[in-house]
Amino acid sequence: MSSLQEKLSALQKQGIEEIKKSDDLKQLNNIRVNLLGKKGPITEVLRGMRDLTKEERPAVGSFANKVRDALTDSIETRKQALEAAKIEHQLAQEKLDVTLPGTPIQQGTHHVIMQTVETLEAVFLGMGFKVVLGYEVEEEKYNFEKLNMPKDHPARDMQDTFYINQDILMRTHMSPDEARTLEQHDFSTGPMKMIGPGRVYRRDTDDATHSHQFFQMEGQYIGEQVTMADLKGTLSFAIRQFFGAERKIRFRPSYFPFTEPSVEVDISCFKCNGAGCDVCKHSGWIEVLGAGMTHPNVLKAAGVDPVKYGGFAFGLGIDRFAMLKYGIDDIRQFYQNDIRFLSQFN
Amino acid sequence: MKISYNWLKEYVDLNMSAEELANKVTLTGIEVDSVIHPAAGLKKIVVGYVEATKPHPDSDHLQLCQVQISADETVQIVCGAPNVAAGQKVIVALPGSRIANNEKIKKGKLRGEISNGMICALQEIGFSDDVTPQAYADGIYVLPATAEVGQPVYGYLGMDDAILDLEITPNRADALSMRGVAHEVAAIYGEQVHFPAVKLAEATKPASTVLQVKVDDVQDAPSYNLRVIENVTIKPSPLWLQRRLWNAGVRPINNVVDITNLIMIDHGQPLHAFDYDQIGGQTIEVRRAQAGEKLTTLDGNDHDLTPDDIVIANDTTALNLAGVMGGLGSEITNKTTTVILEAAVFEPTHIRKTAQRFNLRSEASSRFEKGVNRTDVLTALDHAASLIADLADATVLAGRLAPTAITPENVTVTVSTKRINQVLGTTITTAEVKAIFERLGFGVTEAAGVFTVSVPPRRWDIAIEADLIEEVARLYGYDRLPETLTASASTPGLLTPRQKLIRRLASNLEANGLSQALSYALTTADKAAAFKLKASQPTSVDWPMTVDHATLRMNLISGLLDDLAYNAARKQQNVALYEQGRVFLKQHATTVRPHELEYLAGAITGDWQLGAWNQPAQPIDFYQLKGIVVSVLAEFHLTTAPEFVATARHQDMHPGRTADILVGNQIVGFLGQIHPRIGKQYRLPATYVFQLDLEQLLALEAQLVVYTPVARYPAITRDVALVVDETVTNAALEATILAHGGAYLTDVHLFDLYAGRHIDAGKKSLAYTLTYQNPAATLTDAEVTTAFDKVIAVLETEHGATIR
Ligand SMILES: [Zn+2]
Repeated sequence: MSSLQEKLSALQKQGIEEIKKSDDLKQLNNIRVNLLGKKGPITEVLRGMRDLTKEERPAVGSFANKVRDALTDSIETRKQALEAAKIEHQLAQEKLDVTLPGTPIQQGTHHVIMQTVETLEAVFLGMGFKVVLGYEVEEEKYNFEKLNMPKDHPARDMQDTFYINQDILMRTHMSPDEARTLEQHDFSTGPMKMIGPGRVYRRDTDDATHSHQFFQMEGQYIGEQVTMADLKGTLSFAIRQFFGAERKIRFRPSYFPFTEPSVEVDISCFKCNGAGCDVCKHSGWIEVLGAGMTHPNVLKAAGVDPVKYGGFAFGLGIDRFAMLKYGIDDIRQFYQNDIRFLSQFN
Repeated sequence: MKISYNWLKEYVDLNMSAEELANKVTLTGIEVDSVIHPAAGLKKIVVGYVEATKPHPDSDHLQLCQVQISADETVQIVCGAPNVAAGQKVIVALPGSRIANNEKIKKGKLRGEISNGMICALQEIGFSDDVTPQAYADGIYVLPATAEVGQPVYGYLGMDDAILDLEITPNRADALSMRGVAHEVAAIYGEQVHFPAVKLAEATKPASTVLQVKVDDVQDAPSYNLRVIENVTIKPSPLWLQRRLWNAGVRPINNVVDITNLIMIDHGQPLHAFDYDQIGGQTIEVRRAQAGEKLTTLDGNDHDLTPDDIVIANDTTALNLAGVMGGLGSEITNKTTTVILEAAVFEPTHIRKTAQRFNLRSEASSRFEKGVNRTDVLTALDHAASLIADLADATVLAGRLAPTAITPENVTVTVSTKRINQVLGTTITTAEVKAIFERLGFGVTEAAGVFTVSVPPRRWDIAIEADLIEEVARLYGYDRLPETLTASASTPGLLTPRQKLIRRLASNLEANGLSQALSYALTTADKAAAFKLKASQPTSVDWPMTVDHATLRMNLISGLLDDLAYNAARKQQNVALYEQGRVFLKQHATTVRPHELEYLAGAITGDWQLGAWNQPAQPIDFYQLKGIVVSVLAEFHLTTAPEFVATARHQDMHPGRTADILVGNQIVGFLGQIHPRIGKQYRLPATYVFQLDLEQLLALEAQLVVYTPVARYPAITRDVALVVDETVTNAALEATILAHGGAYLTDVHLFDLYAGRHIDAGKKSLAYTLTYQNPAATLTDAEVTTAFDKVIAVLETEHGATIR
């Protein structure tokens, strides 16, 4: 081995020692310049090649390149390690208190009454019903007369009414929409399937369970082949969608002037599951809606042939549904709009 | 209607539990609200015999009573009742007993004297004040002398009964009687009813010798029947009768009154008893009242009568409001010796109106309104007369005085098995249908599945086919009807574009931080009229419950301010609400029915940006609100951009911080700060509101979303700061820039507004970024500079702007 090669080996060994020992990037850079720069020892050794024979030169040249590559690699490896350490050190300084609160972003909530309306709308839209919105100030004849409740009908006492004058009143239920839609419906286009959600008014003193204004949803399905079995099927489906699939449902006879047979629908109490408690007045059942097969007089009043066409109608209290579902015990809360109440239903 | 199970069992053979019966009745047609066992929870309450009493040595009202409580045991009980006396059979709660409200009675000392239990008043063992006989209202109850010492008291007092509380719907007035309920229950269980025969012994003296009766208009009283009963002794009813009354929720008074009440409960037929000696003469007439005629009713109230009121009168004077309430002068008293007993059918509408007008709804009037069983009127009268004869030691004169009479007839209705199944969706057989009609006690003939049904008058609610289908459905059992989802043609279930848009507006506002409110549509006249977008006359209800809810709103803002005030009063200062709902507008005061328009409004008070550790709180201001409104308006995709025009025309709004929102020349809404005067009324700090007329906005032309490719060439921007007079608006400057900006100007963005140091007084500086872009090629600096310089020149000449 030539003395040049020995020199180079020594330089490599010494250089790698120094590289390993270096502990910052600047020092490492100095080492690189010192070892591999134009004035560095390796360059100097290579200059000594002039004195070698032509035969000796390739072997020494090749050896010198290997040394240079080894040193370069070693510097690069060390450099990456030092850089990683530097970043790690820097990030360690940047630690946040992640438990500090996030910047508040205001988000409004949808009123629980409208959430209830829209949940039910979705169920009935899915069954092919359309949503019809009628008048809050109604004609007496649509609110009562055409619904088989002529003047002096005892059933009118069931609903205390705000009158504007003797012919015009605040609707007491959503049935006027049914009467109007029925009158306008063209049965050659298919059956009539509608729901009508909205505000209704009763002459009542506001307290925890009474409100002079509340929301109802009524619906009607009239066609050529609509049966009371369809009434049961449709309403069972809707009730289970809203109150949960595990609810037991029972249908029992009742009376409404605009339907016959009439039905009231109860669900098994979700507090006591039927055992009896305060919520269900110890009956195990909670009344949720009224329904029935549309009375022939109602069909006749709308100009619909009660022999050819028939079907069912139903009505339910939105406020009551919401109160039952969420355990709300004061109906006035819906209309006071206390933000602490509203914001719970997000 | 409270139904005694023990009484019911006398009419129908039943052996199920009261609860089981209640459940079955509920599921078959009449809702049973509750089943009450009067003795439930009571324990060790027995008959005692008061052997002797002496005053408590240390009290001025207590008595020391020696009470026999079993065959061989007499104990001392201290009693404070004023009516306790030796020789009485009384209700004794023994030590260890339980009385009403789950109260436990223990042996104890009262002011030093031993008391081995308690002598009870009826209320103390669970009777309500409403049914307790007057004589025992303020003291202990005295049992009949026959009561057996040491036995439980429940049987004597009817407390071993079960009471079913039935909720009778207006169509089932036939069930407002024991007999009607008996028929119903018999039909449910396929049993027969059995009513005891009425045995009435008449004297030979005819009633017609002492009384003449006349009905003016047969329509008013189609059946009017009187009996005269002499030698009546008024006294308390026997215990069996009192039991029936109080278990039905009626207070026992005296034998004659109690019998009329008992008969009404039993037959559903209201009766009236007059004191013959007080009617003033020997004539009874059913007629209309004369205008201005006066009558004082039993409750002591005076009434001015009208010709719409049917009255029972003597020769000259009204005695009774027919079917509604008796007069004060002729009621039964302790001195009554001769009784006129009335059983009638009155015209329902007049009864209803009279009862309503005088606010005298009673058990009797409500039965006459809804109808009575016309086959039972005379039976009820005779039944009552025979009971009075028995219980008042009286003599019933011969014959009924009956100037009008009706012959009740069955109603014939037809229905087919096919039709029943068609309506119900069932496969009920003809035989099953026939059996149901038979159980109901209807006459029925059938040929090829078509029924001819003969309905007795006791079911006067049944007149048409649908009524019979309902009877079949309920007796067959609603629970047995199948559940199907109809097979008929499918229909699309879709919201209308209008309904969808309104839902989008709600979502938009909620995402923007406003919560949805629902306020009252009926409000005060002042609040209804405030914040109007358009002139309108108010609509008020005829007879409001309160002035707070008398007039229909013509704006949505008042309601929201009510809500904000409600929150503020509860220390909720930072509240942002919106409401979507109707306002009620009309042009002319003479119009009755208003137009109903969908509006959208919002109201924000307090801090909009909530203060936090990393940001300061910022109260709501005009520009925050405007940003929200612009975002809402964007949902409409209007072809004409909305403009905001300063206005002082809204008297409830701040004159300098309010803008009308115009689309073209239509005012579609406004926004701004409420007038501080209004804020003070509601006790609110600076509050900002907006209100939009959705009807107008929905009617405006909208454009479909059209996709434009994203530009492939870079945009170039230029900034400029303009110094102008204070009065020059941003809108005017932007309009000029857009009008003269050249083909490639795509956006103008205001990034700074400044007035103050370095700017002359009366001037302000606005700084804009103008963005230029050519969708087809890369713009050169030279092209942009040319366009930019042109705009600057126009701004200088048109607005006197100088470049900063
Ligand atoms: Zn329960």
